[in-house]
Amino acid sequence: MTNIPIDAIADIRSPEKPEDWRRFFGFSTDHKVIGIQYIVTSFLFFLIGGVLAMVIRGELITPESDLVDRTVYNSMFTMHGTIMLFLWTFPVLLGLSNYLVPLMIGARDMAFPRLNAVAFWMVPVFGIILMASFFVPGGSSQSGWWAYPPASLQNPTGNIVNGQFLWLLAVAISGVASIMGAINFVTTIFRMRTTGMTWFKMPVFVWAVLAAQIIQLFGLPALTAGAVMLLSDLTFGTSFFDPAKGGDPVLFQHFFWFYSHPAVYVIILPVFGIFSEIFPVYARKPLFGYKFVAVSSLIITGLSATVWVHHMFASGTPDWMRMFFMATSMLISVPTGIKVFAWVATIWGGKIKLNTPMLFGLGALVMFVFAGITGIMLAAVPVDIHVNNTYFVVGHFHYVIYGATVLGIYAALYHWFPKMTGRMYSEGLGKLHFILTFIGTNACFFPMHPLGLQGMPRRVASYDPEFAFWNVIASLGGFLLGISTLPFILNMVGSWVQGEKAPKNPWRAIGLEWLVSSPPSHENFEELPIVIAEPYGYGKDAPLVSNPDKLEIAHATN
Amino acid sequence: MKVRLILTLGTVAVAIAIISLWMGQLAHTWLPPQASAESILIDNLFSFLVTLGTFIFLGVFGTLTYSVLFQRADKYDYSDGPHIEGNVKLEIIWTAIPFALVIWIATYSYQIYDQMSVLGPMEHVHMMASAEAANTADVEVEDKENIEVYSRQWAWEFHYGDVTSTELHLPNNKRVKLALHSADVIHGFYIPAFRLKQDIIPGRVIDFEFTPIREGKYRLRDSQYSGTYFATMQTNVVVQSPEDYQQWLADASSNVPATSYNRAASEYAKRPVKGNWQTVIPAAPPVVNYSSPN
Repeated sequence: MTNIPIDAIADIRSPEKPEDWRRFFGFSTDHKVIGIQYIVTSFLFFLIGGVLAMVIRGELITPESDLVDRTVYNSMFTMHGTIMLFLWTFPVLLGLSNYLVPLMIGARDMAFPRLNAVAFWMVPVFGIILMASFFVPGGSSQSGWWAYPPASLQNPTGNIVNGQFLWLLAVAISGVASIMGAINFVTTIFRMRTTGMTWFKMPVFVWAVLAAQIIQLFGLPALTAGAVMLLSDLTFGTSFFDPAKGGDPVLFQHFFWFYSHPAVYVIILPVFGIFSEIFPVYARKPLFGYKFVAVSSLIITGLSATVWVHHMFASGTPDWMRMFFMATSMLISVPTGIKVFAWVATIWGGKIKLNTPMLFGLGALVMFVFAGITGIMLAAVPVDIHVNNTYFVVGHFHYVIYGATVLGIYAALYHWFPKMTGRMYSEGLGKLHFILTFIGTNACFFPMHPLGLQGMPRRVASYDPEFAFWNVIASLGGFLLGISTLPFILNMVGSWVQGEKAPKNPWRAIGLEWLVSSPPSHENFEELPIVIAEPYGYGKDAPLVSNPDKLEIAHATN
Repeated sequence: MKVRLILTLGTVAVAIAIISLWMGQLAHTWLPPQASAESILIDNLFSFLVTLGTFIFLGVFGTLTYSVLFQRADKYDYSDGPHIEGNVKLEIIWTAIPFALVIWIATYSYQIYDQMSVLGPMEHVHMMASAEAANTADVEVEDKENIEVYSRQWAWEFHYGDVTSTELHLPNNKRVKLALHSADVIHGFYIPAFRLKQDIIPGRVIDFEFTPIREGKYRLRDSQYSGTYFATMQTNVVVQSPEDYQQWLADASSNVPATSYNRAASEYAKRPVKGNWQTVIPAAPPVVNYSSPN
């Protein structure tokens, strides 16, 4: 595989000094700068989404609706979901992928560096649009992040520019930005791999990013089209989805879930990639069944397009549809199971080092297994008919998206922090962060399962007193999660400013990114690496590349 | 050595299996009372899934815990573990077993759902099936209690012929057939004690059937988010003996229709007007023969 002549692009770039911190605040085309821009921007939105979650848990600590008005509560959970998905989870994973993929495949940058920068800068643009919606007359969208019509088409203010309008605009822009990103990643992984980096020498993280971004390519057009049609119904009086005018509201649900279920795999696949990178390093063993793990990502991609109706088992769907999608949904557990068993087998019999990334990785894996089991229950139509739209579902997907994903992201941030910043983080603060996060996650989200089984619907601002006990625990857990971010922020900021200087490869990890300095130079590699081994050669002591001494640029010596 | 390993693994597996079976039994206590025939079927499926899930979770969790406790590297041990790249036989096994389990779970779930048979035909298939359905309906002359359910933001209203109520009364041990209507947005008909739920789509009428089997008072909740006062859209479900039910119908029919209490409407009336946050105005409280206090 050859590189597209990237030197042509490199010439256009201004010769910025790598040490210049201002590049993080401007239109940089360096994938590493863009990666960090994504991560930091999305983390700020993570904190905003977290504050909204605190309001939700504050309201739900008592059965009555007594903290905020019901409209405000509805806005809180709508915006919490929207911000956490579109402005935190997706962009932070794009940030990690942006930073890591070119380094891991031995490229100097992404295939389209300018497109990459444009796609990033759309994140603050639609983020601001979404935040602005709090301040327009009538307040922000209150229809939930699904925005099901006809509820989402009700516009009590009668204004054209209303919260729902801005919400749909933001989602549509987000969709376009993500499609740009997806084109870039798929092209980069197909065309920019260095000499010797064949498909089966590629790290699993890259496989996972490829699998995830292919989903974006086929799925996002459906969501974006659905959002634009809903916008048209809301603003121009068309009737795609409005039953009062002959539209079909269930059709929107199909558009929405055709993307938004696979979106879960867009999120979890890179996290699977993170697991596959981290466990071998800290267990000092090769990834067990590398090829099976790599290929199972693509199988998940294929299956992910065939399962969306499991969100609609209680909707206006006929019996045959429910049965068909039950079978396809359950099938996803097979490739996922392959991965879980592979990670367990990787760790088994290793020489385990329990530092912060490994702790977060293990915690995330355990919670993912739990979420997978409740996921099978939800896929079984009869059980779903009971727990659909209850707190059981909220508990389930927060175990996926907080338990597995956020903890997985933390694992990645700690693991690659020395590479990105050239500094070591504080292990003590990291462990404190892990303990608070792990307890907080389970205290907040486990109680949601019994609540759902007892019949507490999701999205309620008030509830019957019988549900109070578990809600109090969930709220306390939620507040603990809020507190848990403090040692993380302290650690990241403090270590970046004055942490111990990081060597090239502090974890003795195998991978192209660990062969260059921390942080890598602007061009990543002086001479492109020539890969001669599979990616997880722990315990073998064989070189990964044939030219390890020629990768580093001579003048970049720190 | 080999024998000892097999014995150890066998003992552990049996122990985990016993715990899993116990969890499966315990699962019944996590659920509301079983007030419909369908709830028994669903709970059995749930219990089965809890048993299976506990076994898998403890298997994975136990293995990881053992590794973390006993396979740690010493502080200054910088050597690698054994170079094991994989084991094709093992990988085929752990692909085949989940695959078989999935087929087992899906088949079992299908059978349960088939027995429940709660859902009437959907509109899209109605066209072709309606002719047949009309015939079979005549032949069966089913003995079902037919009730019309009307949902709107944010009230439930039930029509028993000419008798109207905001509380859902049902005869015990008799198949009930509901016709679900919505006047505005999508609502969800959900009775946790029955384990049953169905979205109500405006512009369509959805038939929904089940059999209550336990006398008592339960809750009906809106389960599909329907706007500002979504959480208030609840009412009582009263399952009575057929005699009491008939008596209730007779009593209710003699009541003059009166405006019922509606929590959304009363909360809206008390709402301060000022402020940026606006809401859809709740529909007028239903005027019915019988209404419950909340």
